[in-house]
Amino acid sequence: MFDRRLAQNFDWGLLGLTLTIAVVGLVTLYSAVNAGDQTAAERALFVKQLIWYGAGFVAMVFSFLISYKHLDRLAPVIYIGTILLLLAVLWTGKIGGGARRWLILGPISIQPSEIAKIMVIIILARYYSRVPTTNGYNLRELLNPFLLLVVPCILVLNQPDLGTAIHMALIAGAITVFVKIERRSFITLVSSLALAGPVVWFFLKEYQKRRILTFLNPDRDPLGAGYHIIQSKIAIGSGMISGKGFLKGTQNALSFLPEQHTDFIFSVLAEEWGFIGGFFVLMLFALLLVRGLHVAFGCRDLFGMTICVGITAMIFWQVVINIGMVMGLMPVVGVPLPFVSYGGSSIVTMMICMGLLMNVRMRRFLFD
Amino acid sequence: MFKDFKIGKLRFESFLHSLGPDVYKQRIVGIMFIVLASFLVLLGRLFYLQVLQGQNYFKLSEVNSIRLEDVAPTRGLILDRHGELLVDNRPAFEVSIVLKEARSLMQTIEEMAQYLDTSPDEIMDKVKAKRGRQQYNPVLLKQDVDRNAVGAIEAHIYDLPGIHVNVRPTRHYVQKSLAAHLIGYLSEISQTELASEKYRGYRAGDFIGKVGIEKQFEPYLKGTRGGRQVEVNAVGQVVRVLKTVPAEPGHNIYLTIDASLQRVAESLLEGKAGAVLAMVPQTGEVLALASSPSYDSNVFVCGMTHECWQGLTANPFRPLENKAVDAVYPPASVYKIVTAMAGLGEGIIDENLTVTCTGGYPFGNRTFRCWKKWGHGKVDVYRAIAESCDVYFYEVGQQLGVDRLAWYASACGLGTPTGIELDSEAKGLVPTAAWKKRRTGESWQGGETLAIAIGQGYNLVTPLQTLVMTAAVANGGNLLKPLVVKEIKSAEEKVLFQSKPTQVGRLPASDSILDVIRKGLFKVVNERKGTAHIAHIDGIEVSGKTGTAQVVSRKGNQQAMDEDGRPLHLKAHAWFVAYAPSKSPEIAVTVIIEHGEHGSSAAAPIAREVIRHYLAPSEVLPVSDEENGSPGQGEQRTLH
Repeated sequence: MFDRRLAQNFDWGLLGLTLTIAVVGLVTLYSAVNAGDQTAAERALFVKQLIWYGAGFVAMVFSFLISYKHLDRLAPVIYIGTILLLLAVLWTGKIGGGARRWLILGPISIQPSEIAKIMVIIILARYYSRVPTTNGYNLRELLNPFLLLVVPCILVLNQPDLGTAIHMALIAGAITVFVKIERRSFITLVSSLALAGPVVWFFLKEYQKRRILTFLNPDRDPLGAGYHIIQSKIAIGSGMISGKGFLKGTQNALSFLPEQHTDFIFSVLAEEWGFIGGFFVLMLFALLLVRGLHVAFGCRDLFGMTICVGITAMIFWQVVINIGMVMGLMPVVGVPLPFVSYGGSSIVTMMICMGLLMNVRMRRFLFD
Repeated sequence: MFKDFKIGKLRFESFLHSLGPDVYKQRIVGIMFIVLASFLVLLGRLFYLQVLQGQNYFKLSEVNSIRLEDVAPTRGLILDRHGELLVDNRPAFEVSIVLKEARSLMQTIEEMAQYLDTSPDEIMDKVKAKRGRQQYNPVLLKQDVDRNAVGAIEAHIYDLPGIHVNVRPTRHYVQKSLAAHLIGYLSEISQTELASEKYRGYRAGDFIGKVGIEKQFEPYLKGTRGGRQVEVNAVGQVVRVLKTVPAEPGHNIYLTIDASLQRVAESLLEGKAGAVLAMVPQTGEVLALASSPSYDSNVFVCGMTHECWQGLTANPFRPLENKAVDAVYPPASVYKIVTAMAGLGEGIIDENLTVTCTGGYPFGNRTFRCWKKWGHGKVDVYRAIAESCDVYFYEVGQQLGVDRLAWYASACGLGTPTGIELDSEAKGLVPTAAWKKRRTGESWQGGETLAIAIGQGYNLVTPLQTLVMTAAVANGGNLLKPLVVKEIKSAEEKVLFQSKPTQVGRLPASDSILDVIRKGLFKVVNERKGTAHIAHIDGIEVSGKTGTAQVVSRKGNQQAMDEDGRPLHLKAHAWFVAYAPSKSPEIAVTVIIEHGEHGSSAAAPIAREVIRHYLAPSEVLPVSDEENGSPGQGEQRTLH
């Protein structure tokens, strides 16, 4: 049943890369929760994250042991299961920071919206690999995948979690562009979106407009997002070339950084390790993405290929949005930095993604 | 299960049907370029921030010179129905210290101790409590610092690094204790409140409404916090304001209260424990809501001393309790309105039926007494109400049974909150046979029904419930939600909310039955033998009902035990409910005086003065305790 060649074809390079990023992430998180006068509960986050990595490792092994080809069949079950989880969150979820995002399962709380991202990748891969196209998909053919995406997006928006909803839409968009959209449909789609914008804007309420403008331009909110970005830029910039040193980041230690162990953790890293450290981490992520695309390149079925492209797109958007945001290039939106930000669901999801990439990679010569 | 595939031609012909995977491979290569290009942008930005601008940002991080400062909003005003100011804000100075800036902390603290007139140790304690991560967040040393001290500190501010003086708008209860129970007070937000979802966006040190209107209308009153992004120098002095978001003031609340009537009501209550309530019967607008003893709300804002708190909580007359709304009492003879309504509604009595009162009512092996020892003789329903004949109502109650009485009482709004917008409202209790079984496990006794019929026994009502009921009798049967807020206006005088009468129920009585009851209530005041003839006013027709509630039956009242032996606490509570003018009522009033003994002598004169002030303000006479009504007219009833 288990081919010996599977072990031979195992992607040790990807595993090594994953572990390296994990170590960098843990070291940064340690500093983020220890450098200042954090509370005991905050310090405990480091140990929690270690445990999550353990759980993530197990999830990763599971994700590459069973052939990804079974996922094709299981996709509807996974889809419905995740939708039910998202409904459960809205129904009974725990409120934190004004949003209902967590589902309590005994001693742990999970964030189903993270898992939903993988679910979107798998269900779209199934759809596109079963409905082949030569000239690209037209609008009618795109209706189904659109509906498949909209359902989880609306549920996530209701939590409300704008960041994750946008992220899911971006992943789906990347996959769809990858499998090709028919030229005329593509033009219609883009132009109708461009036209719909101003029309929708006209019907928005004043406060909704204000929120979107602040999202696009944090400077409009000098006491909230705008201030956070200024402090984040000061933190990153003050790291200069070689950084202030491990546990020596003053912006971090004195709590001038908001959300320093989640959304703004890259600022902690850049302050303490400087341009050298930031460059190193950016390179690691770039290598990871190239590796993901390489796995897609070597895969011979469209289903596996689409999964790899989807996972790469997921990590790509997350890294670019998060790091772009803390450096003041992107709107302020709560997206965690993969492998580095604190968050159990995010870590486990990332490890599952790595497992799936390994899965596709080691079965690239197998066909059933 | 798995078949091997050799690398070679087969790979390109396989399962991708007509499509060669190389089409996809081209796209993958394309994606790779996009990824690398994006990362180059990120890297470029990182290079710009850290290498090109690094020096500048490093300097900024050295002094942490970009800070946020709060601009506190002014809280909305509270005014009476005519716009008389009840609550506003005054500027108060507060002194705080930023630890990171206070070079030589000890020296600064010692100097500050002199200016603030405390000991260095005391300041050190405050600093230590807050010491920790927020080294750049100011630690409050003293609030409401007097002007002289502020002057001295400001003069030496450059020798006091890290010391900041701020002006913070502070709540000011202009009329001191006037309507204190209704208005409520502000106090510092507690840890549990901070953690709750309801107070999202609040911070430690914020003042929030804790009681009354201040609490209930907090979202309207609070306003929106503003702030400034500022650049400071090494000692924390602001050198440049980078950006400002102005604070928005809270909304102003116009109460339904008539301040002058409220003042009269409170002066009439002076030295007594009890409550006076008044309402416009047609709209449900509360004109006065006085509870005595009272307190000065300002003490809560300026930081209460331990002794002061002790004095408020240990006082057996419970100054913090809003007796008009939070306290429950047996309704006593006021309840006879309900019993009469039920008797008439169920056809047990009519206008003409008479009962002969001999001063007692034999039931089982006991005799239930009427308050009038020698009996009233032959009484019809009018005389029964006017002279509050117990025997008549024993008879009616006995025929009705407890559960039918309870139905009528509940329909009159007793036993349920009236819906007034104050969160501490008590519910009261309308007992039924099933309730007693549930509560005590024992069956209902027939004799208990007799006690219920005259408003004693397990019956408990709030003064506000009796007011709503009295207003309904006056307005033709509509039970209205008591309104305390008339209008809410923004600081720009834009009307945001206007209250309108809200009917919550109807008295269970036809117009003709209501006429009978109103005629009876008219005779209470206007017939010479009526129990409240004392409340008669020349030129104004008043209708009402007295009540005298037995203290011993008040469950959970610890006063009798706290002060055992003192006769005061064995005295009955005095009730009077009234409305005037009888023909087209403009005001309904409830008065309860704890341990006032007789509704006729203790409560009725107060109601009379409230009505007189409202309807004929020029003729106000000082009320004296020694009214010269004949004592024989007071009702006195005992239950043996």
